[in-house]
Parts: sequence; C-alpha cells; structure tokens
Amino acid sequence: MRNVVVKDAREAVAGLKDGHTVMVGGFGGAGLPRDTIKAVLDTGVRELTVISNNAGSDESDLSLWFAARIVRKIVCSYPRAAQVFAEQYRAGTVELELVPQGTLVERIRAGGAGLGGFLSPVGVGTVFEHGKQKINVGGRDFLLELPLKADFAFVKGKCADAFGNVTYNMTARNHCQVMATAASTVAIEVDRIVEVGELDPESIVTPCIFVDRVFERGLQ
Amino acid sequence: MKVLARADLAKMVALHLPTEGFVNLGIGAPTQIADFLPADTGVILHSENGILNVGPKPPSGEEDWDLINAGKMPITLREGGSYFDSSTSFAMMRGGHLDIAILGAFQVSAKGDLANWSTGDSDGAPPGVGGAVDLAVGAKAIWIMMDHITREGKPRIVKKCTFPLTAVGVVSRIFTNLAIIDVTAGGLVVDAMLEGLTLAGLQDLTGAELQAPAKPRVIRTDGTSSL
Repeated sequence: MRNVVVKDAREAVAGLKDGHTVMVGGFGGAGLPRDTIKAVLDTGVRELTVISNNAGSDESDLSLWFAARIVRKIVCSYPRAAQVFAEQYRAGTVELELVPQGTLVERIRAGGAGLGGFLSPVGVGTVFEHGKQKINVGGRDFLLELPLKADFAFVKGKCADAFGNVTYNMTARNHCQVMATAASTVAIEVDRIVEVGELDPESIVTPCIFVDRVFERGLQ
Repeated sequence: MKVLARADLAKMVALHLPTEGFVNLGIGAPTQIADFLPADTGVILHSENGILNVGPKPPSGEEDWDLINAGKMPITLREGGSYFDSSTSFAMMRGGHLDIAILGAFQVSAKGDLANWSTGDSDGAPPGVGGAVDLAVGAKAIWIMMDHITREGKPRIVKKCTFPLTAVGVVSRIFTNLAIIDVTAGGLVVDAMLEGLTLAGLQDLTGAELQAPAKPRVIRTDGTSSL
C-alpha cells in the first residue's frame, strides 16, 4: 500500500541540492512550513532559487535562509517588511524577480498543469510588461506569462493520510494547493497524520497523486 | 483647510457601496471601510489570500493566525463565507467576478490611470507589488480612496501619472477627503464636494481639469452627503 509518511522534516527535505529551485507556501505565517524551513537550513544547501509570496518577516520564516545566505534569487510578489532580505537586496547579493501575486500563482498553476504559459491582461501598460511577449486577442492586449516549476515544493497542510491526501486550514491554503502540483518532489508539513479513510473525500484539497512526502510537524 | 478625517472618509465610501455585491477592500486605509458597513449590509467582502465574506477582527485572545486578511491581520468568517486557494482567488479578480475593488493610490490620472504600488523612489529598498496590479485590472469597478493632495501639498489627481503605473484607464470613481469625482469618457466630473468648498478651490488642489454639474452634492464633515 502507498505510504508517503516520513519521520520528520529532515527526511522531508532529503535530496535537496545546491542550486535547486524551491517553492515555499504561505501568505504571511498562514500555510508557512516552519519546521521544513529550519530543516532546509540544517542541510547546508546553498544557491537556492526560492519561489514564495513573501520574503520572510520574522525569526522562524524565510528570514532564516536569507540570514544564512543560502538564497541566490527569490521570485515573489511582496518582499516588504522583510528586513533580512532587504539588507541583502540593498547589498546586491540576492536577485529579486517581482511578480504580481495573481500572476505568480497562475504561473505556478501552469507549471503544475503542464501548460506552456498563459495570456494575462495584468501588467499591460506597466513595468510588468517589460521583456514579455504581447499578444492581442479579440482586440485586447495580453502578456505571455511563462510557467514556473521547482525541484521541491514545501507547504503546510492541516491533516494528511498515509497516501498523501491533504487538507488545509482556513486561509492557510493560499499558494500551498497550487505549489503542491508544480514540483518534482512535494513535501507537506501537517499538524496531524490520520488513518487512510479518515479524511472526508469531499474535504481533500490536494489529492495524493501530487504528494511525495508528508510529515507531522513538531516531532523532531 | 478643512478636510474629512480618515474615519469619516471611510464612512463616506461605505455609505456609497451598493447594498449587495462582492467587494475587495485594499490593504491600508480602505480596510477601515468595513467598520462602517451597516450591520444588515448585503456586501460580501473578498480578501485576496483566499476568503469570501470576511468578518470583523476577533476579540482579543481569540485570534487564529491561519485566519487572516490580505494585510495579514486576524479576521473572522461570516456565515456563508468560504475559503479557497490563491489561484481561485485571483480568478475571481482577473475574471471580472468582483463588483468593486476599493484601493488606495499615490496618483490617479484624468483618464483613470492608477499608480498605487510604488513611488519609484524606494531608497534602495526592495519593491513590493502584492496583488495590487491584479486587483486593478480585474474588478468590474475600481474605486479609489485617498487624500486629495500629498503631505507636501501636491495634487494626487493629475493629467498624467509620474509614478510607475498599476493599470491603465481602470479607475471609475475617486473618493478623497475633499470630494467625490467620477472618471468619465468626457473627463473628471465632480459628484460631491465637502461643505464650504468651492469648485475653484477644489480645482486649485487638483492637477487635471474638473467639470461639475450646476449644483454638486454636498459632503458633510461627518462623511454623510446630500442626495
């Protein structure tokens, strides 16, 4: 029988290498896989490209990665209130690709859904159209937005079963659901692992086909 | 110069919302509009991080940090509310499902161009855009809530925006601490002005030409206005 439960965050991040691209779920603290973030730090990997909505704003989030200087580039929508990141951005030691939030999540969705990109009206006539192909459809201009994929996706769920089916908690779903479709290895940190069959099939948001590893937070 | 206090401006916008509809309140000042919605309002508030029918902030001690708004502050969910992922949330915006988004602004042009995400002068700090650009393109109507002039006394309503644009030609209505102005194909039309203010006085504080009916409505200092 399928069983994707791993012991802890350390096992969840196994195989992560220098130079990898990593998606990290969360909007502010909601949906942020904090145990996983710490475990990545412990691996000693460097030169990561990070795809996330924010760039850290407290002491147990992505700020840890910036403080340890293991991020080469971040693709995100709102890296404000991110002190440690800001210091490195000013120093020119980290690259920023600023993407409007809806475009960011849709690019990830395209990556997970096997699309070659999509046409968006968002950003037309602004700095966000720079370097992008403009395509007119039905008399309206759109920008060609390209998909985003990653080597690893780290997100936070509420409950998971051994198959890897996952539920989320309120607004902690945010980017997590889509990120869990768009990486080679998807590792999900949850509050509780339950028996297969215990989750109401109607409540499962991420079906197990997308998930490679799940673990219960706080056990290490 | 007499201006509407921030809370009274929020109240004025709240009183102009339709009795039903899906509305997104931008981060910052517009968030305060929620405090002035009548208890029996049919307005359903959307927040970009994946929630419909946002309720007031919870009592102290009952905050749940998995239940937050776009400003990352604790909220509650009203009856009939729902949660969804960011992709669905932005489909609601981009797809034209929201009736009104009420946003703050640095500048609005006479043609309805909006600049509200960056002043272009960040002193080296990283820029942040969040969902501003997506919201401004997608909602059926974009309303702006802002001070009429900057702290330095410069107009925020201008012929052409000098700050980086958020979206082109999207704004339909501007609520300031001095006036309510509609952006029309024929130009900026004053709908209402703060009591005691003259059209000439308002024009002096506005960087683009204003038109007005013979008798614009009057905004009282408590944020209510004449019919």
